[in-house]
Amino acid sequence: MTQETITTDVVIIGAGPVGLFAVFELGLLDLKCHLVDILDKPGGQCAELYPEKPIYDIPGLPVVSGQELTDRLMEQAAPFHPEYHYNEMIEELRKNDDGSFHLKTDGGITFNAKAVVIAAGGGSFQPKKPPIPGIEAYEGKSVFYSVKRMEDFRGKNILISGGGDSALDWTINLEPIANSMQLIHRRDGFRAAPDSVNKMHALVDEGKMKFHLGQITELHGDNGQLTGVSVKGNDGEIVQVECDTLLPFFGLTMKLGPIADWGINLHENLIPVDTEKFVTDVDGIYAIGDINTYPGKLKLILSGFHEAALMAQAAKRYIDPEAKVTFQYTTSSTSLQKKLGVA
Amino acid sequence: MHIVLVDDRGAEHELEALEGWRVMEIIRDHGYPIVAECGGACACGTCQVEVDPEWAAKLHEPREDELDMLDENYGGEWSRLSCQILMSEELDGLRVRLAPISVKEAA
Repeated sequence: MTQETITTDVVIIGAGPVGLFAVFELGLLDLKCHLVDILDKPGGQCAELYPEKPIYDIPGLPVVSGQELTDRLMEQAAPFHPEYHYNEMIEELRKNDDGSFHLKTDGGITFNAKAVVIAAGGGSFQPKKPPIPGIEAYEGKSVFYSVKRMEDFRGKNILISGGGDSALDWTINLEPIANSMQLIHRRDGFRAAPDSVNKMHALVDEGKMKFHLGQITELHGDNGQLTGVSVKGNDGEIVQVECDTLLPFFGLTMKLGPIADWGINLHENLIPVDTEKFVTDVDGIYAIGDINTYPGKLKLILSGFHEAALMAQAAKRYIDPEAKVTFQYTTSSTSLQKKLGVA
Repeated sequence: MHIVLVDDRGAEHELEALEGWRVMEIIRDHGYPIVAECGGACACGTCQVEVDPEWAAKLHEPREDELDMLDENYGGEWSRLSCQILMSEELDGLRVRLAPISVKEAA
């Protein structure tokens, strides 16, 4: 499906805390933002890695959870009507002759933006792959790291590996349509909703599925088609488990991803910027938060907030060199308060 | 006080350690390419090390959240998260091997 190109002032790559606060700072300068994130929700690391863990170093919030910080930043950005594009990863980014930017996601959404802000943290979240020799040959054929369409798994002999919510949920959801279902996990403890764990144990008791304790050590099959795996149990014994489909669910990790292909100068997988504009070596492309580097850089959320404020001033001047940017405070400026919807 | 780090190529390094520091921080601050994505919050599992079996008994038992992270990161029998090991006199000389999953991709 071809879609119309979205034209906007700024595309922000990454909807983590720093990307969200950039919406606010750019919004005060009348710049409209679209955010693109590979996750299915805002918050980046805060939401994906530690939604319930307390953060103690956000100024003014003595203690706040990753999720609550995300919720508050969303609320703070809301008056500027940002548009969010989740489950999308920017694959293409290039500068047009007129100084604007072309961007395209893996899902086919295209943007024309006057400036680009990379707030991508540690890169894009991607599924962790278990370190089993030769697994690449099976990926996409009989080993899958996500379930896009349940129907694809009808009638299969499925082995699911992992002990988190994804592993448990898909075990329960796919069991009715699978020919056979097995779950393998390295211990009899799960990081999943207790209800899901109970349901899984009930399916085992009813004889509808099997649960193995141990880890997969070897894959067996031909031409990418799995026929079974070797499992090392916690007693050290190796047993053979037959299956034609393997679904490993080991959570997500961050990979730099396509950022390396955009022609931007990188240093050890980070983007060098100056500390006045936070601009990359391509004028009009800015990098803020954990993804950037400069002398004295501290990977703190609060540093990213500061970077967002300075970047916004520079982006405004890049987009509209004629504009007179007057520095104002939200406490006293009626015009800023109008933008925030409080005046 | 020191630890012995076996890197991803099998080379051994004696690293000076300070009491109360996390082993992850010691490895990171000596400049070894440990991922340690979440910075020590026991939330990512990318500071995983294999503890020399002779030292394993000297460590406290892993908490539930550490076990969860070891699950997600294919931990083996001797695997621990180095951000959950605090240096103390008792651990002087601790020997750990950096797990492949914890080694940064070459830049």
